[in-house]
Amino acid sequence: MSMQLPLWPEAASDIAVDIDHLYIYLSLVSVVMSILIFGVIFIFAIKYRRRGDEVPEPIHGSLRLEITWSIIPFLVMLTFFWWGAKIYFQNAVPPPNSMDVYSVGKQWMWKVQYPGGQREINELHVPIGRPVKITLASEDVIHSFFIPALRIKHDVVPGHYDIMWFNATKPGRYHLFCAEYCGTEHSGMVGWVTIMEPADYENWLAGNGSSGTMAQQGERLFEQLGCSSCHTQDRQGRGPSLRGVYGSRMQLSSGQTVVADDAFIRESILNPNAKVVTGYKPNVMPSFQGQISEEGILQLVVYIKSLGTTNAPGAPTAALQLPGATGRTTAALLAHPDGGKQ
Amino acid sequence: MSTALQEPQTETVNYLNAEYGWKSWLFTTDHKRIAVLYLISISVMFALGGVFAGLIRTELLTPEGDLFNSDTYNKVFTMHGVVMIFFFLIPSIPATFGNFLVPMMIGAKDLAFPRINLLSWYIYIAGALFALAAIVMGGVDTGWTFYTPFSTTYSNTFVITAAVGVFIAGFSSILTGLNFIVTVHKMRAPGMTWGRLPLFVWANYATALIQVLGTPVVAITLALVGLERAFHIGIFDPAIGGDPILFQHMFWFYSHPAVYIMILPGMGVISELVTCFSRKGVFGYSFIAGSSLGIAIIGFLVWGHHMFVTGMSMYAGLYFSLLTMFVAVPSAIKVFNWTATMFRGSISYETPMLYAFGFIGLFTIGGLTGLFLGTLGMDVHLTDTYFVVAHFHYVMVGGMVLAYMGALHFWWPKITGRLYPDGWGKFSALLVFVGFNLTFFPQFILGYMGQPRRYHAYAPEFQVLNVMSTAGASVLGVGFLIPLIYLLWSLRYGKPAGNNPWGAKGLEWTTQSPPTTFNFDETPIVTEEAYAYAKHEETHVG
Repeated sequence: MSMQLPLWPEAASDIAVDIDHLYIYLSLVSVVMSILIFGVIFIFAIKYRRRGDEVPEPIHGSLRLEITWSIIPFLVMLTFFWWGAKIYFQNAVPPPNSMDVYSVGKQWMWKVQYPGGQREINELHVPIGRPVKITLASEDVIHSFFIPALRIKHDVVPGHYDIMWFNATKPGRYHLFCAEYCGTEHSGMVGWVTIMEPADYENWLAGNGSSGTMAQQGERLFEQLGCSSCHTQDRQGRGPSLRGVYGSRMQLSSGQTVVADDAFIRESILNPNAKVVTGYKPNVMPSFQGQISEEGILQLVVYIKSLGTTNAPGAPTAALQLPGATGRTTAALLAHPDGGKQ
Repeated sequence: MSTALQEPQTETVNYLNAEYGWKSWLFTTDHKRIAVLYLISISVMFALGGVFAGLIRTELLTPEGDLFNSDTYNKVFTMHGVVMIFFFLIPSIPATFGNFLVPMMIGAKDLAFPRINLLSWYIYIAGALFALAAIVMGGVDTGWTFYTPFSTTYSNTFVITAAVGVFIAGFSSILTGLNFIVTVHKMRAPGMTWGRLPLFVWANYATALIQVLGTPVVAITLALVGLERAFHIGIFDPAIGGDPILFQHMFWFYSHPAVYIMILPGMGVISELVTCFSRKGVFGYSFIAGSSLGIAIIGFLVWGHHMFVTGMSMYAGLYFSLLTMFVAVPSAIKVFNWTATMFRGSISYETPMLYAFGFIGLFTIGGLTGLFLGTLGMDVHLTDTYFVVAHFHYVMVGGMVLAYMGALHFWWPKITGRLYPDGWGKFSALLVFVGFNLTFFPQFILGYMGQPRRYHAYAPEFQVLNVMSTAGASVLGVGFLIPLIYLLWSLRYGKPAGNNPWGAKGLEWTTQSPPTTFNFDETPIVTEEAYAYAKHEETHVG
């Protein structure tokens, strides 16, 4: 039996330190509250213990006391609320200069790929001092990407992309856990996050050769799946050209507009009729549901992104970066309740 | 003084011996006999859930998954949750003590619908049989939360059987709630105004509102899970056009209020215990009663706090976090009023009062740690870890089960007519308190360290805290076994209790112990407020 008794997790990011401060504040308030309540009960229990047949006079209550002990705790709780919300909002939006990493959860492993084409399983390598944005997808059930040393966690819900980000500050090797119960080997869906000095990270990237960058892998898929026969480089194909599409605002035949972000591209591959760009016919493109893995879709997304991006006027590069826009494609589900042709 | 207040000289006619034979029990419409049927049934389920808990803690003694394989472990924690929540905690106090006491406390002969009351027990048994069948056939491994699309598409276990069990048991809960609402509205004795209702009745009334309004939602949700699993209708599984998060919204819309179904009746018990053992009227009657209704209403508006890391809108997160802070206020009001009730009281420390002290302490810790989880940024780190496990066990076991044990020890003399040995009662209450804290306090630390819940095997550095937890669970188990022994012993060898062994107020204590089939020889007329300990004359009868 391991006799170590660690009582505090390591803190390896900015946000981890913030969360530790909040935790200490919450704990102190709780301890003070508990001592007050338990102390008063203890004193009453001793001081007013039954001595004989005395029958004490009732005290019916006091509006002033009731108001006091409702308002004061509520004001204290509002400080919890405010501080927690502040951290939550800071944490929700990745900075624009974030480094991209992609991870797919699958019963029961984490597959990780980097824009340079490197891939690994149950391992994540990141440098310190740079915001890292992880785009998460699930191949099957709900998983949850949890790195305790960074105090961050995000569910990975099948059917759309989830985004999390962090800024690591302390090199080391830390646990990566799946936090959402996902079946038989849930407790085996664990791995390690290696946080490295930037130079070590560059060496690591260089030492892990790959068959081309993620964009190049995506381009090969684009050819293999026959996408290129319709989505030609010029504008003569049966489908729209994808050059310069990423991040632009698309006019849909339904009259709506949509920003061509990761979620839109993913949906257009799996359920092409959900949002058809104006000037093109529905029911031309087949659904690729079941024919391509989530990893492959991510490669295609990166490839399409590499074909050039446009910043739609008034639109951020990805809808996911808007506070409040969460990347969930409920609108698409509502627009297309049958989920496309199966 | 009426004849009902005199000590019975010999074995008098009461609800237990009025009729004999199994038919007299299985076809009874007496709320007290139905309460006893429920008491036996849920005790069996509690024991079963406890065995599963013991298996979980034994496996977690070592970091490696060495006692069971992963599939078995996953089934064990699932069945622990399903059995404890749907077949013990939800029916626990309303179906047993509520059933027994609500009519007696308001001066009625029975509930408004005695046959529906019996029907609810049969429905409960039918649901329990489905759950047991799911266990016997091979178990379920979805967790008690049945999250999709795992439950609808990926699990290879008896999900539909278990879901049908929970679905059926829900109707028993709805019928009990319906019965209580009508009874409290229509069956109160003359003079028993709303302002004179015992707080236990208020708590059960608030609970009944949630049971009636909330339970249909979980029934629909589980029906959809079953339909999707059987016919792939595409509600929850994104591969066929569904939305897995929709399930979570629907599930928690019931299951968060269900937490209040579990705790509100316990709070009602504590109000009775604190007044009786302080021999003093309650402080802030209308605030304790009103806070039960407040919890029932606001409790319906906070479900999203289970979903802060699912990718739900940040602004929805703000709303749910704020409302979660809000719902904590009425709980705090209760704790403060119980404390104030003890002020200048005449406090004695019999077994039920020890459980009441335990409840206030553990529920306070459970409530405060709930605020950690309602705080947005904090929850991101803590959710789905052992911190959550510790938090809800402080509320559900430290709160509800201690209240249940307090109620059992308080009203046992009324239900059975016998006294149990108070020394053993105090000793086991102490064991439960110590064992409980040793089991669950280390889990707060484990959670902050990052140990995820529902893990069959865990990282080696978490072992010491897990060993403490398992040791505590052993003490806790003994603490629950001892009452089982002395309470059964008391049925035969316990001293006759007399009508009112605690000197308590309340109409139920004016009847003989055990009461007659129709509770009161004559309908009582109530002329005083609840807990009028300072008044020396007895409640007028006749």
